[in-house]
Amino acid sequence: MALDAVLAVLVVGVAVWTVAARDTFAAVVGFVAFGLLVALIWVRLAAPDVALTEAALGSGLTGGLLLGASTRLGRTEAEATGELPGGLLQFAAATVSVLVSAGLIALVLLLPEPAPTLAPKVAANIAATGLQNPVTAVLMAYRAIDTLLEVMVLLLALVGMWSLAPDHLWGGAPGRREPADPDGVLTFVAQVLLPVGILVAIHIFWVGSVAPGGEFQGATIFAAMWILATMAGLANTPPVMRRSLRLLLIAGPAVFFAIGLAGFAIAGAFLAYPADYAKLLILIIEIPLTLSIATTLALLVAGPPEQEPQR
Amino acid sequence: MSLALDALTFLAVAAGGFFFLAGTVGLLRFPDTLSRLHALTKADNLGLGLIVLGLLFQMEDPFAALKLVAVWLLTLLAGGAVTQLIAHAALGGRSAGVTT
Repeated sequence: MALDAVLAVLVVGVAVWTVAARDTFAAVVGFVAFGLLVALIWVRLAAPDVALTEAALGSGLTGGLLLGASTRLGRTEAEATGELPGGLLQFAAATVSVLVSAGLIALVLLLPEPAPTLAPKVAANIAATGLQNPVTAVLMAYRAIDTLLEVMVLLLALVGMWSLAPDHLWGGAPGRREPADPDGVLTFVAQVLLPVGILVAIHIFWVGSVAPGGEFQGATIFAAMWILATMAGLANTPPVMRRSLRLLLIAGPAVFFAIGLAGFAIAGAFLAYPADYAKLLILIIEIPLTLSIATTLALLVAGPPEQEPQR
Repeated sequence: MSLALDALTFLAVAAGGFFFLAGTVGLLRFPDTLSRLHALTKADNLGLGLIVLGLLFQMEDPFAALKLVAVWLLTLLAGGAVTQLIAHAALGGRSAGVTT
């Protein structure tokens, strides 16, 4: 109880500090700390699946993305902080924030007792999916369409970011080519951590059917290992025009969509699985999906193409 | 037997908590980056190590115990490496044979 109270106060404090920080870099550090505290709160709420996702994606990967953004903004930040938005705009933003917060508080306080839930139905029917982790069952079977759309959104985000590349760099490799330093600390870490990280990623992906874990968390660790390798200069990022890379990016969503369509023929509805093959089909979707998500996330962090394409 | 194990856990976790507290005080109070890094590594290495050691006495599943040790070893690796990188950056790219 005391721990929960401390966590609640801390998370609100860090949130206020993050919003109030004038320096972008400091705000990003605050955001990462905020994400880790939120992950702890999810653990306290007995939702380890959400906690894992929050720590890996919400705090870790998004934090990395924002750090990259703050580095890029560094040159223009001095001028940007000088221009404060007008009083009316500030007032409007504050009003919207207060209204949204009040609405959320009202919703939580006015929830009927007991709160409406589909959990008993999931528990009663989970055997049909062949999975034992109800969260994975919801993500891959009952609400598979949400997961499919999430993956599509990730791909769209990547295409949108690539389109920021200037014309003469289009098709080139993202980010700068980091020089390899065989005696560097980062090289050592990358060499030691890479095999361990890949093993952990496969483990997290694989236990998703019975325990907290799954394709998004595993893919984030894969992506982190890739980013580490490119940061240490052990490997260059692939040019975005490479066909095998494009195929890797769409393999997951394509297989997902194809099996979803096949559901019309074999189970009578979009994204429905026949009971006997549910687990197998989910696995066939999840393996390419994990690779596609990992590639998409790593390329999102790498940024738009910055190296001359080799023609 | 379980009382003795509980006592060992209590001692180790309390000692770990002490190192975290000392490391945090050092992080806040020490005058320059390198000293602050020094304080921080004590919290990571010794503090977490002692807490993991304390929890090991409570583990029944040897695989879960191995996972705890792996967490500590990975933190050692990451902490040591990040400390080196920050120290390098703090020295402005000069490598001055600093050990933390």
